[in-house]
Amino acid sequence: MPEKFDVIVVGAGPAGTSCAYTCAKNGLKVLQLERGEYPGSKNVMGGVLYRKQMEEIIPEFWKEAPLERPVIEQRFWMMDKESTVSFGYKGLEWGKEPYNNFTVLRAPFDQWFAAKGVEQGVLLINETVANECIVENGKVVGVRTDRPDGDVYADVVVLADGVNSLLGKQLGFHKEFRPDEVALTVMEVINLSKEKINDRFNLEENQGCTIEIFGDSTKGNLGTAFIYTNKESINIGVGTTLSSMIKAKLKPYDLLDYLKNHAMVKPLLAGGESAEYLAHLIPEGGYHSVPKVAGNGVVVVGDAAQLVNAIHREGSNMAMSSGKMAAEAIIRAKERNDFSEASLNSYREALYNSFIMKDLEKYKDAAHTFEHHPQYFKEYIPMMNQAMSKFFTVDGTPKREKQKQIMRSVTGTKGTFKVIQDVYRAWKAVK
Amino acid sequence: MSTKTIEEKQYLLRFKCDTKSHLTVLDHDICMTKCPDKICTVFCPAEVYKWEGTRMQVGYEGCHECGSCRIGCPYQNIKWEYPKGGHGIVFRLA
Repeated sequence: MPEKFDVIVVGAGPAGTSCAYTCAKNGLKVLQLERGEYPGSKNVMGGVLYRKQMEEIIPEFWKEAPLERPVIEQRFWMMDKESTVSFGYKGLEWGKEPYNNFTVLRAPFDQWFAAKGVEQGVLLINETVANECIVENGKVVGVRTDRPDGDVYADVVVLADGVNSLLGKQLGFHKEFRPDEVALTVMEVINLSKEKINDRFNLEENQGCTIEIFGDSTKGNLGTAFIYTNKESINIGVGTTLSSMIKAKLKPYDLLDYLKNHAMVKPLLAGGESAEYLAHLIPEGGYHSVPKVAGNGVVVVGDAAQLVNAIHREGSNMAMSSGKMAAEAIIRAKERNDFSEASLNSYREALYNSFIMKDLEKYKDAAHTFEHHPQYFKEYIPMMNQAMSKFFTVDGTPKREKQKQIMRSVTGTKGTFKVIQDVYRAWKAVK
Repeated sequence: MSTKTIEEKQYLLRFKCDTKSHLTVLDHDICMTKCPDKICTVFCPAEVYKWEGTRMQVGYEGCHECGSCRIGCPYQNIKWEYPKGGHGIVFRLA
């Protein structure tokens, strides 16, 4: 492979493919490398794909992409051992065009998306690892792959190599993560008939539901669990920061089985047949963990650039937008024939002016706050459950007296000042 | 039936194994003398690491390539690479 490309994209997930697709569509010569047998074979996601950012790349993609169900209901559970406080939103407007988001299975979806890039002229080579960036005179000029005579060259190399981004580390763009900057998440795909899913989740044809579960789903550790409905299967998963997993000496698969057997969850899964088990890291360091994203002849996109909003479970949409913004910067750089860091920094500017970095900035202290103050998950969620139980149990106690008892039990355990302090701290972290 | 054990979970997966491990414990003595918890044997989601009394057994064939062991090892004692192109785990669904 001695020829030179305009762009080499390392990775065929949503970030890499968005970038490759946009570059090829604008006439650039693009090589895309994927280390797996096919795009998606190494990629894992809970399963929610947002419509907006995908549509900016492929208009009306829902008419042809392999999607599962449009999500019309989002539920949130604050779960204790034998109870749950729930709230949520269900709206039929999400069930029709232009939709809000969809559940997807990533292996089929990523293959479809990468094939759209190939239609635009991307040269996609699977089963190829990019082992290192080739750097000459302080500029990235290509990548060294694990194929024989595997050096390939380009004006710009796009690092879309995912959460572990070994190439980003090789370039010194970021150092190794701390265990509190990543969430270790495991999930299972459980086959269940369409009728059972519709009955159990109160859905009709082509309607989906998502449930995010906090509290006992992680045994009070910093993290969340989720249940997403596919057409004829359910994705159920749970994750905590790796640091919490280490501290609590949790085996992730034991936590998943604990969740599957939880009294609040078990009836939803009854009779299901496990089809796949998957583990993955999610970069959850947020704003402060975002590395350098542009250098001489190189840009970093998606998970490799830590672009995940853990609070709103947004990641693939940020990956797609960042890939597109990187592509637009590369196209501008090509017009100037200048691929220096100064030129490619127009990607950095676009990223920092977009919803991506604005949202990450908004929540920049959230993970840190909740990691260092475990009472939110460990104490307040059980308290919330006890309060609801007390308030709605009819036992002859007047309601005003019940309210007093609930307030007393909250401030009595923690102290009034501590409670006010906790509320203020939580508000500050997400305001 | 939905799975009950890690063995049943791993059995659902397809792997295209390389003959060479992409995971290397750099110094088994560190595991033995400095690391009483051997925490990698706990948090690894695929039970790749098993302590065998004097050395760490690395069952790389069942690895999900998540990266947790590289980050979570308290002694940075695990060299972590990607398996050769086309090898390792092959997810078929999510």
